[in-house]
Amino acid sequence: MLAAILVMALGAVLLGAALGYAAARFRVEGDPLVEKIDAILPQTQCGQCGFAGCKPYARAIAKGEAEINQCPPGGDEGIHKLADLLGRDFKSLSAEHGIEKPKSVAIIDEQACIGCTLCIQACPVDAIVGAAKQMHTVIARQCTGCELCLPPCPVNCISMQPIAESAETWKWKYPAYRINPAPREAA
Amino acid sequence: MNNSPYLLQPASVQSVMLRVLIALLPGIAAYVWFFGAGILVQIGLASIAALAAEALMLALRGKPLQLFLGDGSALVTAWLIALSFPSIAPWWLTVSATLLAIIVAKHLYGGLGQNPFNPAMVAFALMIVAYPQLMSQWPAAGATDFAMQWQAIFGSRMIDAITMATPLDAVRTALHAAHANTTVAGVLAANPAIGGIGGKGWEWVAAGHLAGGLWLLRQRIITWHMPLAFLAGLCLVAGLFNLIDGARFAAPLFHLFSGGAMLGAFFIVTDPVSGATTPRGKLIFAAGVALLTWIIRSFGAYPDGIAFAVLLMNIAVPLIDMYTQPPVFGHKDGEAR
Amino acid sequence: MTVLQRLFSFNGGVKPAYNKEASTGLPIAMAPMPAQLVIPLHQSIGGTPRPLVAAGEYVLKGQRIGGADGDVSSAVHASTSGTVVAVEMRLMPHTSGLSARCVVIQPDGREEWIPRQPFDYRGATPEQTRDYLRDAGVVGLGGAVFPSYLKINPGKSGKLDTLVLNGAECEPFITCDDVLMRERAASILKGALIMREMLGAARVLIGIEDNKPQAIAAMEAAARAANEEAGHPAMQVVAVPTRYPAGGAKQLIRVLTGIEVPHGKRSTDYGVQCFNVATAYAIYEAIALGQPLISRIVTVAGNVARARNYEVLFGTPMRDLVDLCDPRPDSDRVIMGGPMMGLLMPADSVPVVKAANCVLVGSPKLFPAPPPEMPCIRCGECAKACPADLQPFELYWFSRARIFGKAQEYHLFDCIECGCCAYVCPSHIPLVDYYRFAKSEIWARETQKEAADVARERYEFRLLREERDKQEKAAKLAARTVAARATAAAALAAAEKPVITAADVAKKALITAALERARAQKAGVRQENTGNLTPGQQAEIAAIEARRAEIREMAKPHLRQDD
Repeated sequence: MLAAILVMALGAVLLGAALGYAAARFRVEGDPLVEKIDAILPQTQCGQCGFAGCKPYARAIAKGEAEINQCPPGGDEGIHKLADLLGRDFKSLSAEHGIEKPKSVAIIDEQACIGCTLCIQACPVDAIVGAAKQMHTVIARQCTGCELCLPPCPVNCISMQPIAESAETWKWKYPAYRINPAPREAA
Repeated sequence: MNNSPYLLQPASVQSVMLRVLIALLPGIAAYVWFFGAGILVQIGLASIAALAAEALMLALRGKPLQLFLGDGSALVTAWLIALSFPSIAPWWLTVSATLLAIIVAKHLYGGLGQNPFNPAMVAFALMIVAYPQLMSQWPAAGATDFAMQWQAIFGSRMIDAITMATPLDAVRTALHAAHANTTVAGVLAANPAIGGIGGKGWEWVAAGHLAGGLWLLRQRIITWHMPLAFLAGLCLVAGLFNLIDGARFAAPLFHLFSGGAMLGAFFIVTDPVSGATTPRGKLIFAAGVALLTWIIRSFGAYPDGIAFAVLLMNIAVPLIDMYTQPPVFGHKDGEAR
Repeated sequence: MTVLQRLFSFNGGVKPAYNKEASTGLPIAMAPMPAQLVIPLHQSIGGTPRPLVAAGEYVLKGQRIGGADGDVSSAVHASTSGTVVAVEMRLMPHTSGLSARCVVIQPDGREEWIPRQPFDYRGATPEQTRDYLRDAGVVGLGGAVFPSYLKINPGKSGKLDTLVLNGAECEPFITCDDVLMRERAASILKGALIMREMLGAARVLIGIEDNKPQAIAAMEAAARAANEEAGHPAMQVVAVPTRYPAGGAKQLIRVLTGIEVPHGKRSTDYGVQCFNVATAYAIYEAIALGQPLISRIVTVAGNVARARNYEVLFGTPMRDLVDLCDPRPDSDRVIMGGPMMGLLMPADSVPVVKAANCVLVGSPKLFPAPPPEMPCIRCGECAKACPADLQPFELYWFSRARIFGKAQEYHLFDCIECGCCAYVCPSHIPLVDYYRFAKSEIWARETQKEAADVARERYEFRLLREERDKQEKAAKLAARTVAARATAAAALAAAEKPVITAADVAKKALITAALERARAQKAGVRQENTGNLTPGQQAEIAAIEARRAEIREMAKPHLRQDD
């Protein structure tokens, strides 16, 4: 009886020591989970989730301080990926954080722009160029469509334009699973 | 409007299944000739049960009835069940086995194309575990009296006069009785019902299945990989042990032409849905079934082992397929994926 | 000459009904000049060429109207002389039904050429010749339209073993290469000789499917003559077994040389390069005659009474061609390309482009709608038919379930979309549609990921910069408070707020002033910098305005579609 207890205790100590050693020896610097979550987030940096950017939101998710359904630009697909990564259940997008919109870019009405630089300061990815009292413009390729430049503009000269489909961005649709042949359209 | 290709070969699931059914006919004919028309009753029972179960499940799953009932896959399952069961088994045994196969083994796993296990073999394995007695009452060769068979199927009592153990069963029972001086040859010689190669009549049924299988090969419905690997595998392992101890282990030819070996080689192992799909995978899969079949036949508690062997290998299919992916065009120099 | 050539074979392939006889009975005819030519700027793989002309300009036949833009791009030319009516968005010859920028030319009927001179490629450096071919708009005419100048490059070694000329033409119905080889064999081989010289290729193998005996005979005669002239037998015509897709570049290279070129690798790394016979002819025209690529041979076939091959100017509406051939009344679609790989056109008004080897007229009878799709039974027919040795049903499962990573692991991108798998599938699954879907999704995701990575980088840089600015500001503040050392800490804390508030106030004042100005401007006061403009400046502003309006126009139709 005593021997059994001793053996078990010894085993526990040895295994515990091994685990402790392994934890110290193979310690991973940084928090890979945050990086993994951040890689899924769309990097719009819009702050609709209630955090100051995608990275802070990723940190909050990793710590369990935020739900996974607070990112409207990521949409349902993003939530699915987060749910898969974290082994949580899928939740539909939380309405209070916004709705999923088609990807858009900001366009400055250059006639109305007064050159106040407020939008330049608001842009999280420095995608607006211009200087004080000079006309501003958006570098469309770098715009994430976060809409953060809209509220500060004193003359409401910025609008969001959905990105049109082009030959390069056109996608083949998911083949319709037809059980019965569709009635032929008159062509 | 659909996209290219606009040309389609005139092939369909229905035509594939239909040709499998046609290929079963020679074996059935031999069966009727040697063992009476009871098998036709069983095939009819199983077919009706399969179609009814299929219709019920399709309706429950909201699938178009006409399209899927007409594909013939349920009939193939039904015929295989009927052919692998004793033809004088009571009607409820065949019917409940068929219902099990269609409802549980096929549709609860997702229906046509989705079942990981061969439905007919699931039914066979379950029934032989549940009713070992009934599943070993085989008709005697030459006892073709239809009225007696009809009574065996629909009556309440078993008629000993028309039943007999299959050669496989006879050999197994005798050897398990553990008389030191019993040999395979002795058992076979002592049993007058056992004929030349694999048992009186049974060898002709097997030959019928062989003929049907070769026709399927010609029709390019199945490839040579599985039948060859299965038959060669069975031959090899049986031959090896027969050489080592001819008294305890039956000869390869006996194995090939008895029990469900031929039916298995061409119609059961070759089931595309639950089997391996890559060329090398097919060889491994069928050889694995052969090895397990021989082990169960020689050492197991059941007379034939094909059903269990197939089910065991079914589990391994995803793994086999994953490790036997054929090299892709241009990547043949062993380049890592 | 066809003897002594050991042939190899590729796995898979199918043998559909070829239907080629209908369009080979008559010689090539010149298609009549249409009322208007609509020439899309984007006709090849790579960047869309910049428009070089504007509405109202007069252009000559063969004049460059689109300049190559970027590393991979090819020029576009006016197919005839006339007036540019518009440079605007028109329906593209693509299944998407999207529009692309096109140059619309009103022909003047004079067919007045630009000055044409042969290009002395022997006197020019290889770079110059390649630039010339880029500006002559020569692209692969087998259907892939990859700019040819990029392929006429022997790579590091400087020479090649084999130049393969692809005259296999394996798709049913299409015969444009067949008749081209019958009628213009000598010119094709002259083009091939130019390429052979530039590539330093030891031999030229011309692969032709053995169902084209007349083309083989014509090419053999021409090759004999060319070999005699050159003094050594470099050219060899090889009849290859007829089996679709023997005309796939990789499959033909395999059949002729035994070499398998993997996906994503250059064939020149393996010592071969492959060109379509029509491309060789285009190179001959560009270099020996000084004519840029403005037309091609197009097979018009399918549900028409008189199928035939026409030489067609780019920009000619497909409808005009179809009308020449008496389409049957039940025709319901126009397909660009063959029945195995062709693209369904959104309308028959779309123009013929460089990729259009065939205008195939379809009808419900000729190309019936596929029977209902059944579940996959893993029968493996598709794997037997796949010429790329893939496991199509595995790709199907993964694509269908949107498990794109797995699909890529099973070599989705090695799929050439030849359609053999869908052709043999007993369950009638539109397999190729699933692969097209998966491929475009993967591409979209990659683009999205790249954009996200850029955004992340820029965002992090911005945070870094803000942090640095803050520290610099704090340092300045600290320096200023050095004088009042006694109250340093207190002053720092106190000073921070007023400074910011002051800045805010100033900014607010500025904004108010600006707002005031804006209001004044709206009230009708002329803005100073737009007051006294030269006509040139005004024109420029007008042009910019027009471009803006155009961009908005571009966005609109697609927006409506999305709704």
